[in-house]
Amino acid sequence: MIYEGKQKIWSDYQKEIPDDHWYYVRSCIRQNFFPASERMFTEITRGVLGKDVYETPYHTTCGGIAYHCDTIPQETVMTIVARQFALMTEAGYENYVASCITSFGNYSETLETWREFPELETKIRENLWKACRREFKKPKYLAHSSDLIYHWREEIAKKGRFRLVNRETGEPLRIVEHIGCHYAKMFPHKGVGGAEYPYVLAGMVESWGGQVVDYPERRHCCGYGFRQYHVKANRGYSVSNTHKKFESMEPFHPDAIITNCPGCPYFLDRWQYVIAEQTGKTYGRDGFGIPVFTYEEIAGLVLGYDPWDLGLQLHQVAVEPFLDKIGIEYDPKAKYLGLNREDIMRPGLPDSIKCF
Amino acid sequence: MKNIVIIGGGVAGMEAARQLLALGYTPIIVEKANALGGHVASWYRLFPDMTPASEIISRLKKEIAPANVFTGTKVISISREKGDYSLTLDNGVSILAGAVLFATGFKVFDASKKEEYGYGVYDRVITNRDLEAWLSGGEDKRISAPKAIGFVHCVGSRDLKAGNSQCSKVCCTTAIKQAIEMKEKFPKAEIYCFYMDLRLFGKKYEDFYINAQRDFGVHFIRGRVSEVGETIDGRLQVKAEDTLSGKPLKVQVDNLVLMSGMVCNQSVSELVRQARLDIDDDGFLRSRNNIFDILESNRPGIFYAGACTGTKTVPETLAEARAAALEIHNYLQNG
Repeated sequence: MIYEGKQKIWSDYQKEIPDDHWYYVRSCIRQNFFPASERMFTEITRGVLGKDVYETPYHTTCGGIAYHCDTIPQETVMTIVARQFALMTEAGYENYVASCITSFGNYSETLETWREFPELETKIRENLWKACRREFKKPKYLAHSSDLIYHWREEIAKKGRFRLVNRETGEPLRIVEHIGCHYAKMFPHKGVGGAEYPYVLAGMVESWGGQVVDYPERRHCCGYGFRQYHVKANRGYSVSNTHKKFESMEPFHPDAIITNCPGCPYFLDRWQYVIAEQTGKTYGRDGFGIPVFTYEEIAGLVLGYDPWDLGLQLHQVAVEPFLDKIGIEYDPKAKYLGLNREDIMRPGLPDSIKCF
Repeated sequence: MKNIVIIGGGVAGMEAARQLLALGYTPIIVEKANALGGHVASWYRLFPDMTPASEIISRLKKEIAPANVFTGTKVISISREKGDYSLTLDNGVSILAGAVLFATGFKVFDASKKEEYGYGVYDRVITNRDLEAWLSGGEDKRISAPKAIGFVHCVGSRDLKAGNSQCSKVCCTTAIKQAIEMKEKFPKAEIYCFYMDLRLFGKKYEDFYINAQRDFGVHFIRGRVSEVGETIDGRLQVKAEDTLSGKPLKVQVDNLVLMSGMVCNQSVSELVRQARLDIDDDGFLRSRNNIFDILESNRPGIFYAGACTGTKTVPETLAEARAAALEIHNYLQNG
């Protein structure tokens, strides 16, 4: 691996990211999968970094899941997107940040479509006006929320209590970075670092002390793939894609996986249990899996938040071995206590993959 | 007798000089590199007869000895002056020429632009040019007893996303040549050529292709490589589609050779602007007519030879250079 070669490519794919005043839109599904991640984004940006990040309860789905499952036409999606932009305009913002990778891709695709076909934009403006009497300005800047954490990664590192370093050996932890397909594969220049060697998560890992693992199936889909999962008969494809990735990364012995997509951490995490049940194989050491995190969770750990406040008890794969490597304190007894300190019940523990 | 300036000392410039000498002129060659020979000088052998490139270069150098040659020198300005051309070189020399021959050649496509192939990122991804240098006896630690080698055709050629829609003409046959050469050096190595379609138009090219399959066991896979990754032991995982069997495939190789194509030589664009020469859609110099006046520019007294007007093989380049010399002779005689 020639690191300088990657640096050269990264320098070709840098995007302008304003330092403040963002209109934030959440994902449809992230709060169900890893519920503290979006909460942590607002906590870090507003609370820790003192940024102006606004959101509104009137925001809806962007239509991306239905669009990529081929169940609604693009014109419908674009009208939904237009409504989101109208909400941003009404709130007085011009920097738009999406929590969901598919939304980010959807917004990028819509803006590019309008740039190529201005008559479509006119039509969508008419649709929106007829549907809900709203008007909109297009965002001046469009970002994914991982772009913002990337932008502020050094500030987070400075304020951090922990680094992604093995406290016993002093060696950087080996982190696989997995980028959502809709981040830059459609429009490489919209993503930090481009499509082939994205830097958005790699930059965070490096700034926080870890070492990025490149492996042959790095670019491969996590397994979600929309129709691979949402069409029930296709779920074998979903898990086989995930299996392919783990087989490929196994020789590199990663300590963890960091992701920036709603679906990726879910499928990379949950399918490890299914693979273990189906094949008897686990990919971490001593019968554990490889823990999978969102970038907000990793940022939260670096900043010293309690792992259970970050929602890490909702992970299928045990995160404790990773916390132990860094030296992050946690109370095992508090793992399944809710915010009100009441028991939230314990999941059944599988035999096939070691969990706590 | 009026001066004739040849810009470019590759095989086109040298062969034109040789013919002009035979016609009684003493041409002036201006070559920006420190030695004559251009791209061919860095090549090992030439298809289809495996002719050593050094033989061609040595012969040309010997036969153009009487010409005036400036190496390590650039033309920094050119302007029309009463039917002639005034050229200034970066060594301070000024020349008034009755005719100017552009033999400025091409650039090799920068393979790192095709990011998915990993040139400049993964250690063992090399180019046709790198391999040729190694075959010529150069050192290259990236090549070490390979058990499997892949060749990717059309890297930067016939590729709108790379900004080059034209076929580079030589890459298919060069890949076959290099595949055979590697098989000769490493008989047990498996060799895969990933191609869109094979353009084997020249004399003996088809025989060459059949030999590669029949006598050397080279695997030809019709399909584009989609991505390349590096394994834990530094080998390369290549993903491609086999469009004949209709299946995706994945192979591991020790070296992946990217057949970088020819692109226009933009280093002469300032000179082209000063001389008010037309540029074609593909970035190469535009001939006055692509059938009858292929060696003539849109400006009187400025002629073209070789790959400055488009991709060419070495025999085509040499033939054009000879013809250009005759065109210049006729122009000066009749002018």
